Amino acid sequence: MTISVSGLRKAFGEHVVLDGLDLAVPQGTVYSLLGANGAGKTTTVRILSTLISADGGDLRVAGHDVVREADAVRAAIGVTGQFSAVDNLLTGEENLLLMADLHHLPRRDGRRRAAELLAQFDLVEAGRKPASTYSGGMRRRLDLAMTLVGSPRVIFLDEPTTGLDPRSRRGMWQIVRNLVADGVTIFLTTQYLEEADELADRIGVLDHGRLVAEGTADELKRRIPGGHVRLRFADPSGLDRAMSLLADADRDDDALALRVPNDGSMRALKTLIDRLDGRVEVEELSVHTPDLDDVFLALTGQEKVSAR
Amino acid sequence: MSTVDLRFHPLRDSATMLRRNIRHMLRYPSMTLMLVGMPIIFLLLFVYVFGGTLGAGLGGDRASYATYVAPAIIIMAIAATVQGTAISIAMDMTEGVIARFRTMHIARVSVLTGHVLGSVIQAVISLAIVIGVALLVGFRPQASLAEWLAAGGFLIVVTFALVWLAVALGQVSKSVETASNLPMPLTLLPFLGSGFVPTDSMPAGLRWFAEYQPFTPIMETLRGLLMDRPLGDNAWLALAWCAVIALGSYLWSKRLFNREYAH
Repeated sequence: MTISVSGLRKAFGEHVVLDGLDLAVPQGTVYSLLGANGAGKTTTVRILSTLISADGGDLRVAGHDVVREADAVRAAIGVTGQFSAVDNLLTGEENLLLMADLHHLPRRDGRRRAAELLAQFDLVEAGRKPASTYSGGMRRRLDLAMTLVGSPRVIFLDEPTTGLDPRSRRGMWQIVRNLVADGVTIFLTTQYLEEADELADRIGVLDHGRLVAEGTADELKRRIPGGHVRLRFADPSGLDRAMSLLADADRDDDALALRVPNDGSMRALKTLIDRLDGRVEVEELSVHTPDLDDVFLALTGQEKVSAR
Repeated sequence: MSTVDLRFHPLRDSATMLRRNIRHMLRYPSMTLMLVGMPIIFLLLFVYVFGGTLGAGLGGDRASYATYVAPAIIIMAIAATVQGTAISIAMDMTEGVIARFRTMHIARVSVLTGHVLGSVIQAVISLAIVIGVALLVGFRPQASLAEWLAAGGFLIVVTFALVWLAVALGQVSKSVETASNLPMPLTLLPFLGSGFVPTDSMPAGLRWFAEYQPFTPIMETLRGLLMDRPLGDNAWLALAWCAVIALGSYLWSKRLFNREYAH
């Protein structure tokens, strides 16, 4: 296991942030820690990347103990945090060369690596401008490029796409996929279910400092009962009549809609339609297969993790 | 795979950080210029506004007062430079890039030594300008070449000590504004010593403070070297103060830098 955590605990004063976290990440895979703000994602990353200490737990990263061999861990990892870690007074190129110097790359290799990364991250034109002039997406790309100068084998990405526009987000996803294809192990936190679904081999759902579920995206989706059908009506009387016919439905008065459990198969849909046909006028019918939002709702009792 | 080389390279990393700080200074010279400007304004003020009266009070004239006050202004130039150090350290601490440095396998102290070396270079430039202007407005030192060299070395020692103090003050500040205010006493202390008027003209309590505070032996040593006068105990007192300030501040700074910062 490239990252293994057992019994990780951390409290800030009275406030317990992590309450016995266990997880394991095999080499060359993406593990995504999914949770709302305040669930403990960033604290986990900060502990595993040696920035702050844990109160308890056995933590190993890249074969080294995070507490006793912090130097060896630091030599193996790269971290791109939630808050941009670029030097705003330097240009993009100078930021990369600074990293090359700190990794003790020979001057020529450092220049070559910086040029490669500028090209790879679409920053060639911006390379000679100060980072303070960069847009959010450019800054995030530069941030990750700086992390990659030392070719780390383990990368921590703390909410790498928070605040990015959809296009920049997709670009970031592609970069992550390319890294994994090269055998890099990635530990990623996100509050976007879609992101975990797209990228992660395994997902851990973090809620109040505990993992409430863990598995592949498909495994997590299987843990909830199934999909549903949403029926929308033209007026409240239609809604009332349908409700009296369908015992297992949940009603949403504001939207004049019903949510009826249904696996979306032709047979189940026909049964539903037969029950309503000729008795109630349905404005609109839509079939919903379970997504991670449903998982999150079922597991944590929270409405949604993402606000999108 | 071979085992990873985990040796630290503090000199190399410090040189890298020094290059980073010099880039900052060159790109944004306004702060440097402001910090050099401050002592020059005080020099002009004290020579041309107060100099005639103060010089007469000391049994001389404006020109002799320029020579009397110049060492204090020179020390003040160092205090102004390190105020800039505290500001740039505090600015650094608010930037995410410091968190990045902390997660990297580098000699941690190099982040601080880069600032220290950069500030010493900045102070040397600032001192050269301030001494040049002082000579233009009537400062007439009597030093031999050896005494000039000794004075130069001594100024670097003083700078080194005060820069480390500023590195600690910059880290202890929660904001850049605090960082620019905390080192302010360093700029004021020369006034409460032998810098602008002899201490024996002060009331008893203040005179006691003025005679025992570190800036007095520091200014007297510089004055002695530049005016070719006996140094007495001042040189040893000044060097001892510098050693204590430098060592204490270095240890404090290192401790501050290694503390965990939770937010």
